[in-house]
Amino acid sequence: MMYRAALSALLSHWLRHKVQLASLLLGLALATALWSGVQAINAQARDSYDRAAAVLGQDRFARLTAADGVVAQADYVALRRAGWPVSPMIEGRLRLGEDTWRVLGIDPVTAPKGVAPAGMRASAADFAAFIRPPGLAFGAPETVAALGDQPGLPPLRGLEGALPGLLIMDIGIAQALLNMPDQLTALVLPPEVGAGLPPVQTIASGLVLTAPRAGGDIARLTDSFHLNLTAFGLLSFAVGLFIVHAAIGLGFEQRRPIFRTLRALGLPLAALCLLLAVEVALLALVAGVIGVALGYGVAAALLPDVAATLRGLYGAEVAGALTLSPAWWLGGIGIALVGAAAAAAQSLWRLWHMPILAPAQPRAWARASARARVLQMLVAAVLGIAALALARWGQGIVAGFALLGVMLLGAALALPSLLAALLAGAARLARRPLPQWFWADTRQQLPGLSLALMALMLALAANIGVGTMVASFRLTFTGWLDQRLTSELYIRAETEDQAVQLRDWLTQRADAVLPIWSVERPVLGAPVRIYGIADHQAYRDNWPLIAAAPGVWAALADGSGVLVNEQLARRQNLWPGATLALPGKAGLRVVGVYSDYGNPQGQVMIGVDLLTTLFPDVPRLRHAVRIAPDKAAALAREVRAAFDLPADNVTDQAAIKAFSLGVFERTFTVTAALNVLTLGVAGLALLLSLLTLAQMRLPQLAPVWALGLTRAQLARLELLRALMLSALVLVLAVPVGLALAWALLEVVNVAAFGWQLPMHVFPADWLRLGALALLAGGLAALWPAIRLARMAPADLVKVFAHER
Amino acid sequence: MSARLAVLLTLIWVSLAQAQGFAGLGSGGDGFATPRRGHVLSFPVDHGAHPDFRIEWWYLTANLTGADGRDYGVQWTLFRTALSPQDGPGWSSPQIWFAHAGLTTPDRHFAAERAARGGIGQAGVTADPFEAWIDDWQMAGPDLSNLSVHAAGTGFTYTLDLVADGPLTLHGDRGYSVKSETGQASYYYSQPGYAVQGTLSLPEGPVQVTGQAWLDREWSSQPLAADQSGWDWVSLHFDDGTKLMGFQLRQGSGAFTSGTWIGADGVAQPLANGALQMAPLSWHKVAGRKLPVSWAVRLPEHGIDVTIDAVNPDAWMGVTPPYWEGPVRISGAQSGRGYLEMTGY
Amino acid sequence: MEQQADTLKVDDLAKSFGRGSGRVTLFQGLSFSVAAGQAVALTGESGSGKSTLLHLCAGLDVPDAGRVCVAGQDLSRLREPARAAVRRDRIGLVFQHFNLVPSLNVAANLSFQARLAGRPDAGWCDELTTRLGLAGLEHRYPEQLSGGQQQRVAIGRALASRPDLILADEPTGNLDQASGDAVMELLLSLVAQTGAALVMVTHSERLAGRLPHRLHLANGRLA
Repeated sequence: MMYRAALSALLSHWLRHKVQLASLLLGLALATALWSGVQAINAQARDSYDRAAAVLGQDRFARLTAADGVVAQADYVALRRAGWPVSPMIEGRLRLGEDTWRVLGIDPVTAPKGVAPAGMRASAADFAAFIRPPGLAFGAPETVAALGDQPGLPPLRGLEGALPGLLIMDIGIAQALLNMPDQLTALVLPPEVGAGLPPVQTIASGLVLTAPRAGGDIARLTDSFHLNLTAFGLLSFAVGLFIVHAAIGLGFEQRRPIFRTLRALGLPLAALCLLLAVEVALLALVAGVIGVALGYGVAAALLPDVAATLRGLYGAEVAGALTLSPAWWLGGIGIALVGAAAAAAQSLWRLWHMPILAPAQPRAWARASARARVLQMLVAAVLGIAALALARWGQGIVAGFALLGVMLLGAALALPSLLAALLAGAARLARRPLPQWFWADTRQQLPGLSLALMALMLALAANIGVGTMVASFRLTFTGWLDQRLTSELYIRAETEDQAVQLRDWLTQRADAVLPIWSVERPVLGAPVRIYGIADHQAYRDNWPLIAAAPGVWAALADGSGVLVNEQLARRQNLWPGATLALPGKAGLRVVGVYSDYGNPQGQVMIGVDLLTTLFPDVPRLRHAVRIAPDKAAALAREVRAAFDLPADNVTDQAAIKAFSLGVFERTFTVTAALNVLTLGVAGLALLLSLLTLAQMRLPQLAPVWALGLTRAQLARLELLRALMLSALVLVLAVPVGLALAWALLEVVNVAAFGWQLPMHVFPADWLRLGALALLAGGLAALWPAIRLARMAPADLVKVFAHER
Repeated sequence: MSARLAVLLTLIWVSLAQAQGFAGLGSGGDGFATPRRGHVLSFPVDHGAHPDFRIEWWYLTANLTGADGRDYGVQWTLFRTALSPQDGPGWSSPQIWFAHAGLTTPDRHFAAERAARGGIGQAGVTADPFEAWIDDWQMAGPDLSNLSVHAAGTGFTYTLDLVADGPLTLHGDRGYSVKSETGQASYYYSQPGYAVQGTLSLPEGPVQVTGQAWLDREWSSQPLAADQSGWDWVSLHFDDGTKLMGFQLRQGSGAFTSGTWIGADGVAQPLANGALQMAPLSWHKVAGRKLPVSWAVRLPEHGIDVTIDAVNPDAWMGVTPPYWEGPVRISGAQSGRGYLEMTGY
Repeated sequence: MEQQADTLKVDDLAKSFGRGSGRVTLFQGLSFSVAAGQAVALTGESGSGKSTLLHLCAGLDVPDAGRVCVAGQDLSRLREPARAAVRRDRIGLVFQHFNLVPSLNVAANLSFQARLAGRPDAGWCDELTTRLGLAGLEHRYPEQLSGGQQQRVAIGRALASRPDLILADEPTGNLDQASGDAVMELLLSLVAQTGAALVMVTHSERLAGRLPHRLHLANGRLA
């Protein structure tokens, strides 16, 4: 009974302070929403990777693979006849029109149970139909619909839950479709293998055993992307928690008289703390439910872009529709509880240590003492040193993100002191009484606003940092595309025979016909695409080398040298002077490193003659054609007509450029969206802080009003104050944002993608962001200002009649 | 015996198909060859595979005695089934192979299975020189009279050398064996008289064994009659040198029986429906089912009236599909050893 | 003419609170005037409306009827900016709870209104600081002062701009008797020195007795 009475007394506070309640719930809900939205996206993507890995059995079954990616079928039979219970598998990509589809071939007779995707059901005759030509291919319904009645494919059947873009069929059918007769790509092993079998190496040399791994290669490849998203989710969550912390702190301080009364009436301190904890938990629960629902919306809105990014950047297929587990929902509510607990911890701790008759001091919580500020500054300094150390000695993606975190937190902690110093300086410079009061009053408000201002600065710095990174990347990328796309036309023949004719035909009409032939082979343990290029002036003039040995092109042409892309160079430390072994040839000299953006994989370029020697079966279908730009369109038309080529097989430079830029822009859509959301949350934090402060500020404003200022003047000053603070925060956020951009470009990008980019600075973007920041600050201050301007004089007069 | 084959293969099919996610089983197309009365079997060609027939098997059972004096039983079976009546190299071959291996001791029973696609060399049978194999299991001659047999599974391995001194037994009408009153039939012959020696590898260690073995060869394209629910099959070696192969196909309340009596001189006499009488004597619970592991077997026209008892009542083959198969001891008017197989319980 | 001479002139003033049936009339038909140099105590029971009357005189609140003239300007005819200007230029306010500007130090608080009014007078401020016993405290902030010290700053602030009218609302109500008496002494002597008119609200007969004139508000009427 006592508890119920006490709890209702405590809760009644929120009914009387609806703005505070709203800001608490909204802050927590938004924090939860952004966090759980990002989690949902990550979970969805991971689920897709796991399903992809499950399809290949990578998650449960060990596999034998060959160094060159191809396992001879004879090795499979030999292993079986030696007693190894392996099952064959073939995986490859099939290009149809402009789309590429993944083909997976399995042997249903030997495959361990569970290799075929769950839910694969067919009628009686289908088992025979599956393995007998023309076979039967299973794919996700959308895949089947997209393929329609594409000629050359087995009959298709929809399979719910299958990975988008994947076709599962019998191994023999897949071999024929991929044109890989008697070849396999992997042998899977069931979980239990009998003892006493002869070693694999004595039966089939060159096969390597890989242990089962959830998520598979794609998960490893995309880890950095998801870490990136998680970091943003965390940032948004932190920004949201600033709001919650402020609202809870205020709610506690304003209720000190109630606490005092309740304790005086005999409620034990422990019970009071418990009740307040229960109260916070109840509020967190409500906010958590709202937040998770909002998070679902955020995730659903962002997922298509994320899926496009992952497909464009990593070739990873992510289903476009959200399917979320109960664990996710509970996790979202859990993080709301954790967040609220973190935000309330300080207040509860203070209450625990407060003497029973401590006077009510509504402003005490916000009146940060000089000592507290010194402490914050000290912590900021320590963080700054840590950031420097991380920047100097940190390695890898985790260190990169730690650097970002330390830098942002340090900057946020230093902000109040810096602002206070600036405002004190301004106050000293002010000569007239009103400006003097304006600066002094702003400075005094600072503790109450600093959390919101920190949030704003984090958001602005993140915006500047990420914006600078993306814009630098865009500038570099477009320049690189211009360099890299050396030819006017790119033509792909349908068959090898046609390719021979095509080369003849083109040689007579174009300035040059350059082969774009490649094979994918494992190099240093990872799949690497190996290109063969002709010795041509176009490459000497244009190819974007970031490091080169003397005589690079000659070494490439005579087959003694290789070029590697930046990713591979950084990963394996392959710079000019190093040597590299390719399948079939060791001791090749690395003579140059070229930038290769938007490609997560390693790449190697060798002379085309060496390529055809090492890999005689390399497909020789694609060619780049150099011709005067004004003749390119006509040649494209002619070649299409002469060889009856599908439209997609002939692409001009502009189309490739447009496509590449499209992929690029989509890649950063999500980042941009999260950026804007974070800024929005920060603006909201400012609004809510100003709203809660507005009521408390009356005793400070009323005397000034009484001394002869109008309400409208005061309101204008309040608005001006918010704009001025936003502008100051922006000015301080610029260097932080630039440091952030530097860290992203020099540390995170290198670790995550394997490429380093020059940093470009775009002050025009800051102006735009500045306008946005002022808009956010202005909008946040507008409502409290209008309320002040319209406040009844009687309400102001009350100040003089009540003790505060 | 083709009845047993058809049911078995049907069950294998369904189980395998379900294991991989295919519900049900296709009836396949027509166009398969069917056994004809009067067709003359030709050896060694007919020891090999007959891909134009839907189903076929090489089925070896052996009653063995260890150096330790205990009874052992060994089974080695290779099945072939065709999705269509063709063969050819590569994965497109419609031939599918399965195999079961069993090893029974008086107190233990081991079973293992294998499956493979035809056309790629993982499994197959050649007639001359004779070799039947799937994965690392094999039964290879130079010819059918001199075989070495090997199989391995979890906890066991066996390697046996077989020598046959007697002739092949052609069941039914010179190998044309009728399986039901409605006329289903198969080609069916046996080598009932191998002398065996070899080694069993058990968890406790190797055991040297000697004994007798019986090889069944059978192929057909016709399934069981619709009302036949299962069968009980025996191959018996009597101590006087005579042998009996007999089975009953249970249908409704009655049964269709058939078999072959083989004299000590190797001369075979087919048994008419009803000549052989088999009656359960005691039941045993294994793998959640009750099966008769002791039978009264009577063949009045040859004065046979015996009881057969399982050496190990738990000789359950937990493979795809599951069934009971194990060595038996003969007692009563005659004595000897043999093998019992029971399905459909 | 005679009106010109009155620093504060109140005519037929009425004020009520609330709406509809809950409406409470504080007073109506109040009229009085205070001349320059005159010091008037305004007394009455709690809730009689004496503070409200003072706020109306200061232009902090608006009457329902009647008018308030300060230094010849009819506040009820003025829009808010002009009313604020009258407050700034003509009136000095002293509140029971001091109501200093918390962000300004003693010196800035004291000179604040004078400077707002455009009449900074460093000498006068220094004199006030000394007379009010605030010397040495100029750089402290209100929260660092005792109640008596705060009220002395408030008095200084009210007088620094040399206003025509000082309006004080229970200026010693929050102080103990000794410091209250000291503050009262300073207030009266400084007002006398500047020649301003003074209206002081108090419920204390003792304090009211120290002022030469007295208005008593009871049941909405002045006596």
